[in-house]
This record gives sequence, structure tokens and C-alpha cells, in this order.
Amino acid sequence: MIEASTQPLLEIRDLDVRFAVRGGHVHAVRGLDLTVHRGEVAAVVGESGSGKSASMLAALGLLDVNAAATGSVRFDGVELLRASPSVLRSIRGGRIGMIFQDPMTSLNPVLDIRRQIAEAVITHQQVSPRRAESKAIELLEMVSFPEATRHARSYPHELSGGMRQRVMIAMALANDPDILIADEPTTALDVTVQAQILDLLRSLRRSRELTIVLITHDLGVVAGLADSVHVMYAGRIAESGPVVDIFHRTQHPYTAGLLASLPRLDRPDRELKPIGGIPPRLYEAPVGCAFAPRCQYAVAACSDREPMLQPVNDSLVACGVLPLTDRTPEVAR
Amino acid sequence: MSLLSAESRIYADAGPRSTWKSPWRRVTVIGGMIVAVVWLIVVFTVQWWAPYSPLEAVGKRLQPPSWDHWLGTDALSRDVFTRTLYGARQTLPVSLAVIVTAVTIGTVLGAAAGFMGGKVDSLVMRLVDVTFAFPPIFLAMAVAAALGPGLRNAFFAMVIVWWPIYARLIRGQVMAVKHRDHIQAAMSIGATRWRVLHKHVLPLSFTPALINATLDLGQVVILTATLSFLGLGAKPPSPEWGAMITDGAQFFYQWWIAVAPGIAILTVAMAFNFLGDGLRDALDVRAKR
Repeated sequence: MIEASTQPLLEIRDLDVRFAVRGGHVHAVRGLDLTVHRGEVAAVVGESGSGKSASMLAALGLLDVNAAATGSVRFDGVELLRASPSVLRSIRGGRIGMIFQDPMTSLNPVLDIRRQIAEAVITHQQVSPRRAESKAIELLEMVSFPEATRHARSYPHELSGGMRQRVMIAMALANDPDILIADEPTTALDVTVQAQILDLLRSLRRSRELTIVLITHDLGVVAGLADSVHVMYAGRIAESGPVVDIFHRTQHPYTAGLLASLPRLDRPDRELKPIGGIPPRLYEAPVGCAFAPRCQYAVAACSDREPMLQPVNDSLVACGVLPLTDRTPEVAR
Repeated sequence: MSLLSAESRIYADAGPRSTWKSPWRRVTVIGGMIVAVVWLIVVFTVQWWAPYSPLEAVGKRLQPPSWDHWLGTDALSRDVFTRTLYGARQTLPVSLAVIVTAVTIGTVLGAAAGFMGGKVDSLVMRLVDVTFAFPPIFLAMAVAAALGPGLRNAFFAMVIVWWPIYARLIRGQVMAVKHRDHIQAAMSIGATRWRVLHKHVLPLSFTPALINATLDLGQVVILTATLSFLGLGAKPPSPEWGAMITDGAQFFYQWWIAVAPGIAILTVAMAFNFLGDGLRDALDVRAKR
């Protein structure tokens, strides 16, 4: 893991996100703490609705009007939650690039890709349209877009999913951002293309010293790319720590459950163990540990009080029945 | 994979996809186009080749159609054919101006309402609701009567009746488009709301308004004529189709005086309806499948 320079690049403290819905609120993110250092690849892992995307959209001020975010998101010393719209705009796409899950729908269908990438350049740099378009081609070449010059005038529907995701990445990197937020960048792609995109992210990270926040539910992706892992459950961090610790010294029963539900090539005999039950619906704050109803290690005390994050080894773990090291080998291996 | 092959099979069955729904649709669209072009040519060139002057007495009064007067003469001995041709110069430009103005106002207010939501949305949409509460002809008559007769006041009256249609249409489109992923992606590269609206949202929202505008042109022609027929539009002696029908309505046995402008209105309204249908076939993806 790359050591912290003086201060974290992205520091989220006590972030709360609520969505107003018919008949109440959905409390999607409940006091999230997350620190990302310069040069680090931080993976935010969790199942659908665990608040991983919502927290990143909140950080960038991209939530819909029915959502409210409180807490603190500091990016390189700037408080984003209280930043003015113009400051936010200059940071979005300028210093923070973002790529989305579905490259099929995240590109404008009526603009060719050269124009779309040039848009990203023009929004943040004082350059002529002609210069922006040649920059667009350079960016396409940087993301290994095949025959960039020839295909630059293509429209999104003429491209495959992998190529579109490359266009998205080129757009996100158009202004040389410090940090790239990748919201499930490979979920909509098939496996071979996934591997190519991950390779691309890995090489971009090395060549541009890019900090990446990787939002995903795919632990395979995490293992291949991330330095640190933050496992989210029901809007909170369940466990967070260096990637090696998360995979090999798993502390939280939820993380252990996620790992146990993965197929493994080297252990074909092992049965997959799904996590029983469903995630809580966050219409009201759960009483006690949100994972307790699904947890095989839960004790009576788990339903009384929500556990706080506490340090275990190099990780932070929010579990009421620590320490659990004795059972770790069995579930994680 | 399976999705892709299923899709290509559908296309293979259909053969090359035609723009038109049916062969008959092709006939009506091309017919409509021809009629519309002919009327446009009339608007621009009639002063050079019309057989008579539209305002002067040119023979005996109330003559039936003949070689000299193809559509006869009216009560003031004016050539009905000439007046009908000149009528296009009154009705068509006014109708076109009504549509263009209504689309512009409707697009601006509807886009603002749909994109900004909240108070702007409520304000604009309540205004739209109030306008829709009245039957269009009734409201247009009321406004025209309040402003006083004349083609210009009829224009204002019709714009007031027509802009809410486009405001509502564009608002709905904008609201649907603004939640698409690529709009959020555009926001995420730091585009301003204005840029997002006019570069990414409006171009994808405008097609239905364009189709509707073409379809509505025929309707507006009828409304223009209606207002004039009721004495709220063009004033005599100007050769406006509605006003000419009013004149002709007094002469039951001299049918040509009212029938000529009536046919003119009919052909224009039908032409633009067919054109609008054709445009919808060509542009509206949802209607096509």
C-alpha cells in the first residue's frame, strides 16, 4: 500500500445521504467515513443499495433534487458539500473524473465521440475547438482505442461496450484529473472485455499516478486492482483495510460471507455459501447491527447497539462480536 | 449474444426497413409535399402571374365559373380564383408565424419547467392548465375580441392558445431525457446546467415538437380562417379565406364564392397533416416499431 503523503486526497467524514420518497426517507448512507490517499486505489465494495454509488454522487453534488447530503467531503482541502456550484463544476471533470456503470447509456447518442470528448476538454480548458478535437484523438489513443483517428467520428451506437467504456474513460481523463471515480466500470461488460478495461485502468494508474476510487460488487476486480478495500453494508462501512487483510485476515462476518459466496478456481470442491436473507430496507434506521439478522455469529447484544468501527490488525471493523480471528481461516479460505 | 441474434433475425425478416408505414403512406406524404410546395410557390410568386387584381372589380358580379373567371366572380365583381390565390398570402404566413412563435415560447418555458422543476415548473404548468381549461376556439375568440379584430390580433390570440401545447410536450420530453445516464455523465465532466440543457437535453427532446408543429400548421390555418370567418381576423376587403367564406355564405346559389376558399383551406390542412404523419414515420422511433 502506498503510504499517506501529508494529507489525504479525499476524506469523507460522517456522510449522510437521505432520499425523500413517498411516505418518508430512505437513509441510503449513514455516517460514512472514508479516506483515500494520493496514488491509492481504494475499492468500495457492497451489494446493490449499500450506498456506495450514492456516497460518491453526493461527494460530487450529482444527487437528484430529492436527496440531501450532510457531513463532510474534503477533496484536497476543499469542502465539497458546501462548495458553490461553480467550484463544484470546475472540480467535476477537472480534478475528479468519473466513469459510470453502463457505457451503453452514459454517452450522448446524437454526438460523435470526438465531439463528446472535445466537450469535456473545452469545458475546462481555454482551447480552440480544433485543438480540443485533436486532443480528443490523443485521449482515444491513450486509452488504446483501436484506430483512433479513423473511428473518432463514430457515434456511440456504432461501438462495442468495451470501446464505449474506453471513450468514457478518455472523457473522464480529458483534463488530467487527480482522482478517477469508477462506478462499477466493468459490470456491464463481458468478462474478456472486463479484463481489458481493468488492464487499462492499471496501466493508467501507473503512467499517470492516478488515484482511483473503484466502486464495485465484484471482489475479483477488487483483488486485482485495489490497495485498500472498504466494505459497505446498509449505508455504513462494515470493514475497511488493506486488500491483503480483507482477503486473508477477514474480520467482519459480512465480508467473510461475501468471500464464501465466490466461486474459486483453485477449490472446485468447495461449495458456494450464499448469505441468507436480504439487505435491510433503509426506510428507518435499523436498531442494532444492520447485518445481525443475516449473521450466523450474531449474539443477543448485536440487536441492541450498532457497533462502532474499531481497529483490528491494520483494518477497521464494525462488529460487536470481535475478535473473530479464530474462525477466519474456515470461512475465508 | 442471444439478444443480438434475436434482434438481427427480426431485421432480416423485415428486409430493408422502410421509412414509411405502408405504400399508401408514401403516396399521401408525397402528395402532401406537392400541395404544400405549390401553395408556397403561390405565396411567393402570385403577384406576377395572377390573372386579375384581388381587390378590383373585373367584370359582372356573381358570375359562375367560366374561361374568363375560372372560379367565377363575387358580389363585388372580383375574381374568386385570384382572391383565393392571394388568400394564401394572408393565411399561410400568419399560421406559420403562429406556429414558430408558439414553438419558441413553448420550448423555452417548457424546457425551463422540465429542467428546473420546483417553483418554475409549478408556475409554468399552472399557466398551461389555465389555458387548457378553455376550448381553444373559444379562448382565441375571446382574446381576439378583446384585442379588436385584425389579422395581427388574431395572431396574438392564436399564440396564446397554442404555446401551452408545446410547453407541455417539451416539458415531458425534457423530464424524460434529463434522467438519462449520459446527462449525469455530462454533469460529471463539469458542464454547466445551461450547456447540459441546450447541448444534451434539448436536441433529444425536440423531435416530437417538430412533428407536432407540422401537424398543427393545418389546424392553425383552420383557426385563422375561423377567426376571420367570425369577423375577428382579417378585415374586408383583404382576400382572407375565412372572410371570403363569410362573403360567400350569403349567396347560396353562387356556391363558387365560398367553395373556392373552402377547398384551399382543405388542401392546406390535409397537406400538412400528411406531411406531419410522414415526418413522424421518419423521425419518431417509438411510433415506427
